[in-house]
Amino acid sequence: MKNRTFFWFILPSLVAMILFIALPIGSVFIQSLYIEHGAVLKEVKSCGPFGCKDELQIDVVATSQLKQEKPLGKFNGFGTYTNRNHLAVNEVRDAWGSSSNWKIYFSKVYNLPFYRALAFTLTYTFLVTPLVLILGFCIALAVNSLPKKLKGPTIFVSLLPMIVTPLIGSLILFWMIDSKGILGASLQWLFEDPNLSLKASPTLTWIMLIIYGVWHSAPFAFIVFYAGLQTVPSETIEAAMIDGASRWERTRYVILPHLVPLIVFISLIQLMDNFRVFEPIVGFSAQASATSLSWIIYNDLAGGEGTFFGSAGATSVLTILGVAVLLIPVLIRTWNDFNRKAA
Amino acid sequence: MFLKKVMVAGALIMLGNTAMAGCGISSGNVNVLSNDFPAIQAVTAGASTCAGDGVTVKTNLTKDHKDIMVAALTANPAEYTSVITSNSTLVTLMNDGLVRSLDDLVAKHGGGLNPSQMVTVDGKIMAVAFMANAQHLFSRSDILEKAGVSSIPATYEDVLAAAKAIKSAGLMDYPVALNTKAGWNLGEEFINMYMGTGGDFFKPGTAEVAVNNAHGVATLNMLKSLVAYSNPDYLTYDSNATQAEWEAGNLALATMWGSRGGAVMDGEGSSEAVESSTVLSSAPTWGNNARPASTLWWDGISISSNISDEDAEATFIAMMHGISPDVIKANNAAAVWLGKGYTPSKASAGVSATAAGGAAPYPMLPFMGTLHSALGSEISDFLQGSESAEQALSDIEAAYTAAATEKGFLQ
Repeated sequence: MKNRTFFWFILPSLVAMILFIALPIGSVFIQSLYIEHGAVLKEVKSCGPFGCKDELQIDVVATSQLKQEKPLGKFNGFGTYTNRNHLAVNEVRDAWGSSSNWKIYFSKVYNLPFYRALAFTLTYTFLVTPLVLILGFCIALAVNSLPKKLKGPTIFVSLLPMIVTPLIGSLILFWMIDSKGILGASLQWLFEDPNLSLKASPTLTWIMLIIYGVWHSAPFAFIVFYAGLQTVPSETIEAAMIDGASRWERTRYVILPHLVPLIVFISLIQLMDNFRVFEPIVGFSAQASATSLSWIIYNDLAGGEGTFFGSAGATSVLTILGVAVLLIPVLIRTWNDFNRKAA
Repeated sequence: MFLKKVMVAGALIMLGNTAMAGCGISSGNVNVLSNDFPAIQAVTAGASTCAGDGVTVKTNLTKDHKDIMVAALTANPAEYTSVITSNSTLVTLMNDGLVRSLDDLVAKHGGGLNPSQMVTVDGKIMAVAFMANAQHLFSRSDILEKAGVSSIPATYEDVLAAAKAIKSAGLMDYPVALNTKAGWNLGEEFINMYMGTGGDFFKPGTAEVAVNNAHGVATLNMLKSLVAYSNPDYLTYDSNATQAEWEAGNLALATMWGSRGGAVMDGEGSSEAVESSTVLSSAPTWGNNARPASTLWWDGISISSNISDEDAEATFIAMMHGISPDVIKANNAAAVWLGKGYTPSKASAGVSATAAGGAAPYPMLPFMGTLHSALGSEISDFLQGSESAEQALSDIEAAYTAAATEKGFLQ
């Protein structure tokens, strides 16, 4: 393709990408460098149905003048990134100096909100992604060997967890695992422990969220693998059978290598999706035991009494960087494959 | 302009637009944003009767009102002409100058109001309060009697003793509940309990937090002693969950919102035994202090800055109809009303007793919400036993300081 033709061909998607991806990310980044103007406070008398009190209030006239002059706020550089609620540079350094061993150091770092969220986000990502791959592959193999009549209904049922909206799915499970719900009560009966509660212990909450993640995402891997299985050449399989390969050997040496591009594809999508884990934490009311980077952003924007645009922006940029780091190995692999094919 | 006309016309059709005389408004738009619970539904329904003859009344009742109000009122003209505010949300709106002074409107149309309903800041009326709310003690007299507890607990020490008696009598494993869902609810429980110590949240005259002290440690320890008698799932309990547990008869002692009193006593969703033995009393005191460990809240009417004076007047008149004595009389049990026409009921006994006992109002400080958020996210570690009270308090201090710096309250 000529360069000129290529340019006109790519132009619409280039414009869309700049408008809907590059510009928003740029604006979020700029926002993250600013904090609000210093509030001009004055003590005034405020009264209500329960009496009067002298309290500090914002001097609206003086503050709004500041805002009009510089609507973005006060430039803070990377101050929001390094403060205690994000990368906590000073706190991490102090923890290093004051800890006598690794265990104390890690518990001190884990006490900081950003690293606590990062710990869960990474654990979730690195457990859910491989489990989804394995489970999805197993389901695909199982469905593929079913008689033709049963395939349709089985595929439909297997896809259900993905069809349910994540927030609704997690809310339904939240009530089922309640100590009076069907799953929670069954577990109590099974382990003969009337005090067993999945919502109470942080460890059990993590396990529950990870199981939920696998349950929700496995159908995606399944349907991709199932489509891939339809393209495995039957000649190769038959040849392997003639050579005396067992079912396991055929799967391991014929089918799996054939599906490698799909494994890369699913890993890519799942790493991105799982790193942005959010809905189950809200649905399971799990924020006391597990938070994620996306949950922190949500909490800055809608969780409390005020909105923290700078904080939300900083965490968003850090999340984007995190996704980029995670995807590098997969992207390098794809790049190498591409070059090999081109050569 | 055309689009606006189409929207107004559409709204008129949707409202069924029956011409109603009696409000005395000739024209104007009324659009109310508020939280969603029965008392507010009664108020907005009352205001809606003013629709007709060139007057439109629209309402948006949503639990997420806090998240949209600032953006909606910053627009000029504002999307909503009125927001039903409380102690905490009024400050947020005032911080950006989004609500107007009501002095003129009250002088002109507020003749039927009680003086105590006026919320004034720096001498200007910024809101008209119409109901009071507070968290207070709900007790089950039958369970207490069976456990050999002779009187309704007046202090949290009594609550703990009663809970122990109930548990050791084998009546209930988890007799106690507070609204302890991590986040806003848990932060509110800390604030209530800390209020009972009489301590200040901030160093006087500054935005510097001051909860990292002996009062703070005692507050955390009291909360931990209480949740030891709560269901292990307590960190997921919000006010809907505690009400459901109460109505199911699973609790004997709970600190819940006064506005839930009417719902618990309404003859629905609960058994006769639970309802007839539910006693509402003042929020307990603790640690030999006199002040009930609770915060008093009001809900009131505010009017947007960025609207025409005509719309502001129409909105004020319509809202005065929403909180008129007729509406209050017809919905007497739905809230502790502050206006004329209210007769105290059994369902409001707890809030009245808490206010009479000298509980303090939720602080109307611009940076209180920031502290509230920090409290809500940093306490659960301590309650779960993974860190000390001192560590939790210094975490709260650090989280607040970072957030308040970003908000411009600390330099």
